[in-house]
Parts: sequence; C-alpha cells; structure tokens
Amino acid sequence: MKPSLKKILAKGGPFLGLVVVIALFALNSETRDVFLSYHNFKIIFTQTVIVAIGALGMTLIIVSGGIDLSVGSAIALTSVVGALLIQKGWGTASTLAAVVLAGGVIGLLNGTAISGLRMTPFIITLGTLGVARGGAKWLADNQTVNYDTSPINSWMTTANPFGYALPDGVWVAIVLAVLTSLLLKNTVFGRHIFAIGSNEQTARLCGIPTTRLKILIYALAGCFFGVAGLFQLSRLRQGDPTVAVGLELDIIAAVIIGGASLNGGVGTVLGSMIGALIMAVLRNGTQLMEWQTYFQEIIIGLVIIVAVFLDRLRQGKQT
Amino acid sequence: MTATTATALRLTGIQKTFGATRALRGVSLEIAPGEVHALIGENGAGKSTLMKVLSGAHTADTGTMELGGQPYAPAGPHDARLKGVSMIYQELNLALHLSAQENILLGTESAHAGWIDRKTSRDRARTALAQLGHEGLDLDRPAGAFTIAEQQVIEIARALLLKPQVLIMDEPTSSLTQADTEKLFATILRLRAQGVSVIYISHFLEECRRIADRFTVLKDGETVGTGAMKDATLDHLVTLMTGREVKDLYPRSVHAPGEIVLEVKAAASAPRLRRASLQVRAGEIFGLAGLIGAGRTDLLRTVFALDELESGAVCVVGAPLGRSTPRARWAQGIGFLSENRKEEGLMLSQSIADNLTLTKQQTFGRLGWISGRRQRQTAQHWVDELRVKCQDASQLVGQLSGGNQQKVALARLLEHPARIFLLDEPTRGIDVGSKAQIYQLIGELAAAGKAVVVISSYLPELLGLCDTVGVMCRGELAAIRPRAQWTEAEIMRVATGSS
Repeated sequence: MKPSLKKILAKGGPFLGLVVVIALFALNSETRDVFLSYHNFKIIFTQTVIVAIGALGMTLIIVSGGIDLSVGSAIALTSVVGALLIQKGWGTASTLAAVVLAGGVIGLLNGTAISGLRMTPFIITLGTLGVARGGAKWLADNQTVNYDTSPINSWMTTANPFGYALPDGVWVAIVLAVLTSLLLKNTVFGRHIFAIGSNEQTARLCGIPTTRLKILIYALAGCFFGVAGLFQLSRLRQGDPTVAVGLELDIIAAVIIGGASLNGGVGTVLGSMIGALIMAVLRNGTQLMEWQTYFQEIIIGLVIIVAVFLDRLRQGKQT
Repeated sequence: MTATTATALRLTGIQKTFGATRALRGVSLEIAPGEVHALIGENGAGKSTLMKVLSGAHTADTGTMELGGQPYAPAGPHDARLKGVSMIYQELNLALHLSAQENILLGTESAHAGWIDRKTSRDRARTALAQLGHEGLDLDRPAGAFTIAEQQVIEIARALLLKPQVLIMDEPTSSLTQADTEKLFATILRLRAQGVSVIYISHFLEECRRIADRFTVLKDGETVGTGAMKDATLDHLVTLMTGREVKDLYPRSVHAPGEIVLEVKAAASAPRLRRASLQVRAGEIFGLAGLIGAGRTDLLRTVFALDELESGAVCVVGAPLGRSTPRARWAQGIGFLSENRKEEGLMLSQSIADNLTLTKQQTFGRLGWISGRRQRQTAQHWVDELRVKCQDASQLVGQLSGGNQQKVALARLLEHPARIFLLDEPTRGIDVGSKAQIYQLIGELAAAGKAVVVISSYLPELLGLCDTVGVMCRGELAAIRPRAQWTEAEIMRVATGSS
C-alpha cells in the first residue's frame, strides 16, 4: 500500500495525460522548436478558451448527474445575439450582460423542462440542441451577422507574435475556472451539486431542494455557455449561426477526460480544464505535423476512450 | 450425517490476501449432500470473501476445494454456476425492466436457432417457480414491479434451472417478512430433500438454528467452530462469533415516555397506506411490525413527506408549521433513516463528512461558504463516538462495511440533531456487534427524551427494544399495545389479519 502514490495517480491522472501528449508531439525534432515555443502555447491557450469555459458549465451539470447536448447550439445562438446587439449599437457592457443572460435563459429552460417535466436531460437537451440552432438561424436570417467593429473583437487576438501578454479571453477563462472550482469545493451550493449527482434520493431525503437546485445548475451553466458564445463572437468577429456544430461533444469529452463520471458525483474543475487543454494540444500538434484532419478526429476519439478506461482502472483499484 | 463417506463440498486451508489485509487466514468447511449448513460470523469475519472464492469471483491464494469429490476451481461466477455452485446475493441481481420469466431464464433461454421457444420457456419458468411454491407469480410482469420477497423468489428460481449441487444464500431473509421467511424455509427443506446442499448465511441466529443441520462459525478469517446445530445453544454461537453474551444485545435503559410529540391521524397515501393513526411520546420507542407491503415504510415516508399525504394529518407537536417537504421535516426536528442504505440513505461516492452533515451544511460556514475542516472535525467526533471503522472522516462511504455505513447514516440524525427519529429497518444486514451498538444508541436516545419509531421485520428485535409495538395490516395500524402484551405469535396473528 502506497497511498501517497495512489493519491497522486488519482488526482494527477489527467495532468499526466497532458504531459504525455505534449511529450509525444515534442518527440519529432523537426517540429519540436515550433511546437514548444511560447507563441505556440499562446495559440493553444487561446484555442482552448471556448471549450474550457463551456467545460466549466458542463462540469457543474455532469457532476450533478446530468448532461447538456445543446451547448454548441447555445454558443451559436448567443454569439448571434451578441452580433445583432452590436449591430444595433449597444455598448460593450450591455452586450456582454445580454449575451450571458441569453445563455442563462437557455439553461433555465433546459433546467425547468428537466426538473419540471421529470424527463432525462439527454432527451431535453437533444431537443434544445435543435431548437437553439434553428433559433440562431432564424434570428440571423440564415446568414452571418456582420458589424463594423467592437472592442469585443480584441479579446481573443494573438496578433502580436512577440508579445508576451496572453489574450483577455485566457485570463477570463482562468479567473472563471478558479471561481467555479471554489464554488464546487467550498460552498453549500457546490456540495449540494455533488450530493444530487452522487445520490439524488439521498439529497431529497436530507431536505435538499433538488428540483430548484437542478434548475439553478442548468441556468448557471447556461451563463457559462453565454460567455463561451461571447468569445466565439470575438474570435470570428461576426455572428455565425452555423458555428460550433458538435462542440458539445468536445466539451463533454474535456470534462470526461478530466476525470468526471457521467453517473454524477465525481469531477473537478482542474481536471476539466486539463481535459480541454489536452484536446487543444492534440489539435494543435496534429496540425503542426500536417496530419490530415480525419487523423486528428480518430486520435481524439481514441484519447477519450483510453482516458475513461484508465479512470475506471484507477477507481476499480480504490474500491 | 456421514460426512466422511460423502462430501458435497470440502474446503481446506483457504487463504486470501488483499494488499495488506488478510481476509481469509485458513478456512476449512465441509458440507454433506442434502445438508443445510449455516455459515455464521460478524461482518468482516470473511464470509463474503469466502463466498466469493466459492462462487468463482475470487481465486484463493492457497488451499484446496473439492466439489463432489472432484477438485473444484471455478474460472468465474458463470463457470461456478455451470459446475453446480450457485449463489443468491443479498443485493439481488435482476434486470428490473425484463419480465419475471425473462429473468428466470436469463442466460439459459430455450431457443431454436436463436428464436425463443415461448412454450418451453414458460414451462421451465413455471416448473422452477412451482418447486419454490410460487406457481401464482405473474411471469409477464417486469421484475421491478415485484416486492423484494418476490424478486428473491425469481432469483432463486433462476438458480434452480441449473440444477445446483450447492446453493449459497447470503442473508436471504434480511428483507423478508416472517410469512415469506416461512415459505423460504419450506423451499430450502424441499431442496434439501432433493439432495441439494444449501449454505445459509445469516445474521439471524434463531433462523440459522431452525433451518440448519450444521454450522460453521468464522471469526477474523478463520474457522473457529463447527458442529451439529441441534447441539449448539444460541449463547454458544454468539460467544463463538463475538465473545459477547447474548443477553447483552438489548440493553434496557431507564426511560419514561412523556408528552405526545408526533401524532398521525388517519394518514393515507396510495397505493399501500390507507388509514394509519398513531401517537408517539417523547422518550418512547415505538415499534412498527407488519408484513412487507402492509404499509410500514409508506407510513414513515409519508410522515417525513417523502410520499404525499393524500388525506389525514401529521402533527408534530411543538414545532412550527411548515410545508410538507423533507426539508421542513428536518427543520421540525424529525430525522429519517431509510431502509435502503445504498440506494437512498447514503451517497456512496462521497465522504463520511459530506454524508454526515448533508442536512445542515450551511451551518458549517458563513454566507454559503463551507469550512471543510469544521465539517471533518464534526464528522470525526461521530466517527469516534460510534466507533465507525474507517481511515478518517474523508473516506468514501462506499468503502465502508454495511454496519459502519449504517452508523454514518444514523450519525446524520444525531448531528442534525433530531428529536423524533424515524428508523426504517435500522439493523438490516449488519453484524451483531454493530446491531448491539445501535440498540444501545436507541436506548440512550429514548432515555434522553427523544421519540423513536422503529420498523423491523425481526420480531425478537422489536420485542426486545420497544416500549410500544404497533402492528400494521393492509395500510392500517391494526393494534397498538405495550410490549408486555405482545408475543411473536400474537404479532403474526394480527399482521396476517387472522384474528
């Protein structure tokens, strides 16, 4: 029995995965210098922002034993909403608030339907995946929404290759991650999310208002998806209703690679963030190696399976 | 019993080590054909590990096993079943969405070229059920719609299809009422007459004494005693298991019932609870007896607002009126212990500390922030107080033994703190040591003026522990009397409605 080693493995599993993935891409001496450069990592971080912020909301949901498939559509819808508001001449702050709120409303509807109608989150959010995507196209009149310019455009820029400053988006993601981690670990609300995910019946028996809390969880996660939508807008500099198709799968994968259990009750913000980074490093590395995109997809798919398998081995050993 | 000439199963010097834990340190077991053999021991004595070795889930480190004179080394549970050793687990293994028939035939379906032969299937399922005396069971109903007793029958029927030489039953009666237990015993005797050996594992020593021909006692992974049951007294068995005298099990603390604190008037909740009324006083231990399905659990769940009260009233004296939610009940000082520890009572994937403080986490910090340290300190206090065997308060509850899990579930009520305790089967499936401790605790609670309502299907327990016993029958309290006016036979008479 070496509990310390076991603990390191249990807690640092995703982190080790990240190190292994980076090490693998650094093996190739031709691309190593480019891959390991500060500039490249700046790009990786920037490319992680949207998935990472989405993964924060998804972590809350998955830890509570739920799932949200409508994230990609929600990001498209909220980014279109943002673009339309800028077009109409709204200021940055009010646009920001409105976009986050729009995400929150989508989450609120998801949560209300799941809690109120007592239907499985998978079905409800599969429905809203379609509804939000259609809504985005409707709002955008089936085309991209363009606007002159906005301060939002600069939040994700990596234009200056020699500048050492990270884009605002990366900092926002880091700050949100810290806050979410504190929320999950140290607040009553956070512990109740774990309680619901671990055993909803026990939570109810112990007087936790499960219905209300579930609505709140989806609404809060929706706000995160709104923030992700904002950065999607910042990256494209236009509202595109067809953007982020399938992104929900990347986001869920990040959370799962990070050690969360789809059965609920298990998961950490740090894990999810590393999961998101692993995905971004894989994308970036395969691009640098000039591998085909289908190859990329295959590798990411396999990584998900291996990560979950390793996680099960680890948990099997604990009990 | 001529075990020297014919042995159905012989285990010699079985050892099994997990990491640093020596679960089995040398177990020997000998079982004759057509013998009911009770395997007795406290939780943690190694019974489960031994049964896992027998049923092929684990492989022993050393030692030999013989089945019917031949070396026996199962490659896995399925292989063991095919070789003639079937196991009925305490936690039943049923596909709840499939019908009773499909469950019985699971894995041994009658088919021609992949097509299910409906008639043969039905006949085989019926025959197996008839062997158990349950011909009437509706084969088309989904397994999940049956009571636990019926589900168990389905599972035993499944085992019978493979014509087992040895059938292992792990705590088969822990969720059964007396009447169902009688039926089970009749079945076991029938199996015995057919030459099937039954290994009967149970914490209910009286049951073991009634049904078993011989016994083996395990303690700390070793065989500490074996012999013919008719020569063994209860005291002898308990002393072998624990080194404790049997009369210490139900300590009588001095307590005098005071004012009425909980009053239930004609409570009804579909489908089972029809019209139940009772009064519980401070400092009183009130026992609820009855058959499964009589509405005992439904009554407590309705009082605790987990089930909806459709008519009637629940009055908590001296507490502010609140909405009928579990949350409001906790606020009124009522605590509920679920009979279903794993599915409802506890969060197995969370820590002892989180489980213990779940009803009042907001008090462990300020403005919604929780102090994990204070939470763990509080939990540690109860861990020490109740002697919960664990590493520390941050260990996951799922890693504890049944008895220790139950202590954590009970500690939640103590910590809250509740003044009315609703305890549904508080000692189900836990070892004798933990049981004695929980009886002691209940006695202390009553002495401290708390009101305790206990559901138990184990009548000696109810009669040993409670001041007042109410017997439920068909959703009503058929009779409520002081303990002195009850006998086990009288309770059964009322519970079965045969007055």
